[in-house]
Amino acid sequence: MTPADAVWLRDLVRRRSAIVLDESKQYLLDTRLAPLVRSGGYASVGELVARARAGDRHVTGLIVDAMTTNETSWFRDNGPFEALRTVVLPALVRERSAERRIRIWSAACSSGQEAYSIAMICTEVLPAGWTVEIVGTDLSPAMVERAQAGRYSQLEVNRGMPAPHLVRWFARDGSHWQVSPQLKAMTSFREGNLAMPFADLGRFDVVMLRNVLIYFDGATKTDILRRTRGVTRPDGFLFLGAAETALGMDVGWFREQAAGTSLLRPEGATPVAASPPRAGAVPSPGPGRPPATVPPPRPAARVSLPPLPTPARTSTSFAPRPHPNTLSLGGR
Amino acid sequence: MHALVVDDSRAMRRIVAGILTTLHFQTVEADNGATALAELEQLTAADRVPALACIDWNMPVMDGLELVSAIRADRRWRDITLMMVTTESEHGQIVRALAAGAHEYLIKPFTADAMADKLRYLGLVPAEVNA
Repeated sequence: MTPADAVWLRDLVRRRSAIVLDESKQYLLDTRLAPLVRSGGYASVGELVARARAGDRHVTGLIVDAMTTNETSWFRDNGPFEALRTVVLPALVRERSAERRIRIWSAACSSGQEAYSIAMICTEVLPAGWTVEIVGTDLSPAMVERAQAGRYSQLEVNRGMPAPHLVRWFARDGSHWQVSPQLKAMTSFREGNLAMPFADLGRFDVVMLRNVLIYFDGATKTDILRRTRGVTRPDGFLFLGAAETALGMDVGWFREQAAGTSLLRPEGATPVAASPPRAGAVPSPGPGRPPATVPPPRPAARVSLPPLPTPARTSTSFAPRPHPNTLSLGGR
Repeated sequence: MHALVVDDSRAMRRIVAGILTTLHFQTVEADNGATALAELEQLTAADRVPALACIDWNMPVMDGLELVSAIRADRRWRDITLMMVTTESEHGQIVRALAAGAHEYLIKPFTADAMADKLRYLGLVPAEVNA
């Protein structure tokens, strides 16, 4: 790839996605485009880029796809999911007891692991009769299609998926695993460009905007956070990636700690730490309670799982996740 | 923290032990369920009960499922986290292993990151430690 090709590619990605790839991210151009070169039978990255520069829209789309999709895994980084499970969703159960409906946005959802991970947690925490709608958006049509399919390879389900969740929420389909209809009913996926206006998304109680702002320049980050504020309910919650900072760009938000995880709240919201749960208002988490709007699981065989041992902690900066001591299994 | 690696493949034991070492475990190896139980007796006598056992399913003499059941039946070893590491990948087999007492299940082939993710979820590896 010539320096001119690299400049053209960076400009293409910036124009199509507002993602800024400076020269330090040259390796991304090489590593992400190599599979396209192989699968398309091109002699080199240079030939692939030449096709795009000559006006081949299909190749251009493939390049943008390859440059803007990111690695993902189930329950990635754990902390935000623990915060969702123990603080955010219980708080929303208190605050939304009249409408009994929660909407969550998984922005830059990639192949859907984050959205389905959230769905699994919602089935554990939300009481019967509640409706949850999880909307995943991604710039890449290919990723949206994959997320909608909900079909994952063995290697993909190995990445962070606890085995009890795997057997509960997935069915084996040849060499792949298919997500259950119950989780699919709670999720929807569509194309969406964070750099463009968030049209027709509605308003959300929780927004997961994780590990994506790092690709944007400061002005775009500020704009995205401002527009995200516009689609977040006044007492909602915003999660950024663990390594992401929005200092100076988070106008309209304040920072709060929940279960050891830092998150953003709209200015004016009551901090969750200041609104302790009312006795009896929050159900204890338990498996196997999908929202009433979702069909119940197939007839279940109940299998007892051993209690999780208390491991010797090697650090105080993490919290072990509770292991469910029972598991309802779909009949197979 | 100690970990017991049980697999009849020496190459696989080395791979698993290598990953666990990068995650700050001290490893002990056994090539089947029966030798694993003997190792566990020795470790227990030395007051070094492992925090984790990674257990293959298909092994001679005593297979991994029998080993999981044997460990679960002994109160001295109730704090050991048990993770099957196996090529057996059918839904029903994972259910059997969990019902027998395994806490986690990692299907071969796997990456070091995948093993680290599982152990992080189980609270055995701090978030900041990577494989």
